[in-house]
Amino acid sequence: MTAHTPTGDNTLLGEAVAMREIGRLERFLGPENYRVLTGLFKTPAAILGFTLIILFIIVGLAAPLIAPPINPNDPYKIPRDGFSAEPRPMGSEWRVRQPPLPFWWEPIMKTDQWVHLFGTSQGQYDVFYGVIWGVRTAFKTGMIVVLSTFLIGIVIGSVSAYYGGAVDNIIMRIVDIFLTLPFILAALIMAAVLTPRLGRTLVPSILALITFGWMGYARIIRGDILSTKERDYVMAARVIGVKDSRILFRHILPNAIFPTLVLASLAIGDVVLSFAALSFLGIGTETGYADWGQVLSFARNWIISLDQYWYIVVWPGITLVLFVMGWNLLGDALRDVLDPRMRGKT
Amino acid sequence: MVTYIIRRILLVPVLLFGVTVLIFGMLQFLTPVERSALYVRDIPKNDRQVHGIILRYGLDKPLYVQYWRWLVGTPDQVTGERNGGILFGDFGWSRTGSQPVGDLIKTRFPNTLDLTLWAVAPVILVGIWLGVQAAVHHNGFIDQAGRIFSIVGTSFPTFVFGLLVLMIFYANLQWFPPGRLTTTMQQVVGSESFRSYTSLLTIDSLLNGRFDVFIDALRHMILPILTLSYLSWATFLRVTRSSMLETLRQEYVTTARAKGLPERDVIFKHARPNAMISVVTLAGFTVVGLMGGVVITETVFDYPGIGKAAASAAAQLDVVTVLGFALFNGFILIIANLVVDVLYAVVDPRVRLS
Repeated sequence: MTAHTPTGDNTLLGEAVAMREIGRLERFLGPENYRVLTGLFKTPAAILGFTLIILFIIVGLAAPLIAPPINPNDPYKIPRDGFSAEPRPMGSEWRVRQPPLPFWWEPIMKTDQWVHLFGTSQGQYDVFYGVIWGVRTAFKTGMIVVLSTFLIGIVIGSVSAYYGGAVDNIIMRIVDIFLTLPFILAALIMAAVLTPRLGRTLVPSILALITFGWMGYARIIRGDILSTKERDYVMAARVIGVKDSRILFRHILPNAIFPTLVLASLAIGDVVLSFAALSFLGIGTETGYADWGQVLSFARNWIISLDQYWYIVVWPGITLVLFVMGWNLLGDALRDVLDPRMRGKT
Repeated sequence: MVTYIIRRILLVPVLLFGVTVLIFGMLQFLTPVERSALYVRDIPKNDRQVHGIILRYGLDKPLYVQYWRWLVGTPDQVTGERNGGILFGDFGWSRTGSQPVGDLIKTRFPNTLDLTLWAVAPVILVGIWLGVQAAVHHNGFIDQAGRIFSIVGTSFPTFVFGLLVLMIFYANLQWFPPGRLTTTMQQVVGSESFRSYTSLLTIDSLLNGRFDVFIDALRHMILPILTLSYLSWATFLRVTRSSMLETLRQEYVTTARAKGLPERDVIFKHARPNAMISVVTLAGFTVVGLMGGVVITETVFDYPGIGKAAASAAAQLDVVTVLGFALFNGFILIIANLVVDVLYAVVDPRVRLS
């Protein structure tokens, strides 16, 4: 019985198979997810977004080299050059307690006098330092919030979709209730309630953003699971008596999670924006913590003379916009790729 | 459609209950002393006073009793008067506003409503116009510019945008100041002869025949309106564009073109009305969203509405005030969402006829 073993005779079939090589990544992700991932990196907008994010990652990692802290154990405290209220212009010299010089300054400028590159804000906080170390704060808060909301959303959404019926109905009404209050107002209240208990740190704002941030993921994963759980292999698992939790976490979730996963990973921009908004409103970290919203909030007291002190708005503002835009550009490309009408067109 | 509307209305008490429970839950993070602001003006100074308040208002009772009392108030043991009770609009005492939270809302809310109403028209009309233009010139210059605008627009935080326009139009050009009114106009409004009909400043000033007040109020509102608008424009552009593109591909549009109608009529009489169905929902939610989105805008422009009051109360950790605002906002949004959903059912033939 050798007729059924594939031999070199069947050249037609051999060619068809050889036409497209399936890489390891594609085998791992499956054809649909692979299409999404590769489609992402085909548009110029997405590539620009990706470049921006890489740049921010580099700046974040190299923060101690770009703007060395006075006290390496407490680097998020923006160094102050005195205490006077009036902001000082860009390029003015450090007078009091100059932090260590960054390595690149002396070779370029031929002087060991460190200056305020982006000027100082009210209370003589160095804007440049705040912008650079703000990158780390942004990534830190963004990743914690996204990861937590994603996990909460996945658990709640899966339970809701898998059990269906009354459970689904109750959970979805709870989601509705959490969505009733406008997001930023809800987060504002939560952070204000938590601050007296937890102190002026990053924690209250992070917890607030988590509390009111999981609903979107729960809804998306619920929809994807509802369609996945009708597949034959799920039915097969049920027939042979696999436990509910095992079916949900081993059979359904891995096949339904991908779109939510990608969406979540791109939500960092939005989270950082909301976080900055909270600190701008005066909720969150103590004065002088390196985060963009707070540096921007210093401008609130100088509205009438912003023509003179434009640098306390423009530099942190542009940084925040570029950061959010990087993620949005990627997200926009993703929406196009995930759109079912685009299927088969890449 | 009737069953849909009935089911939707039945959801309202559920949402109301849920939101009150949610906010009551957040109140539980406070100590009884802080919660006493729900009932009394002065922060109790010594242990005896604290003890008295806890006993008097039942702050040591089981949670469901406390929740009920929070809803309907606690009758005074001596006089029988009602103390507190959010269902009667008694949200407690605002430490930062030095007045009852209810009164604070009453003075601040008309300003927010005024701003929102003025923002609605530019948001919706310009947004739809941009979207239709982008779809009609699909992949053309306008479309690409619109796409860039919508990405940049959604990446611009409200407060950065707000600060930048203030920098340009106030600090540099001195055209549009922040705040609500200039001092002289404030005196006019505060004077005896200026009667308040609706509490909405722009309408009142017209009814009083004071065009100078009207213009001044509008001048203070232009930058906040612009800030509230640009974000919604980005969303409107996106939704109108894709809905319009979808419609332009339909066969009846081809038919209209084939029978020789001018392109103008094809677009504005045949395609646009049908493309508007999904936009109508968005418009509804935008109006609702504007009311919630005023927190940051009002703070940036120092505009005395409920958003700014909530933000400054939160910054000073005056939680009772913030929760009062949240409750009020929640009630309004629940009703507004209901109206939007019902209107949608009436507008969309697919829902109406099912």
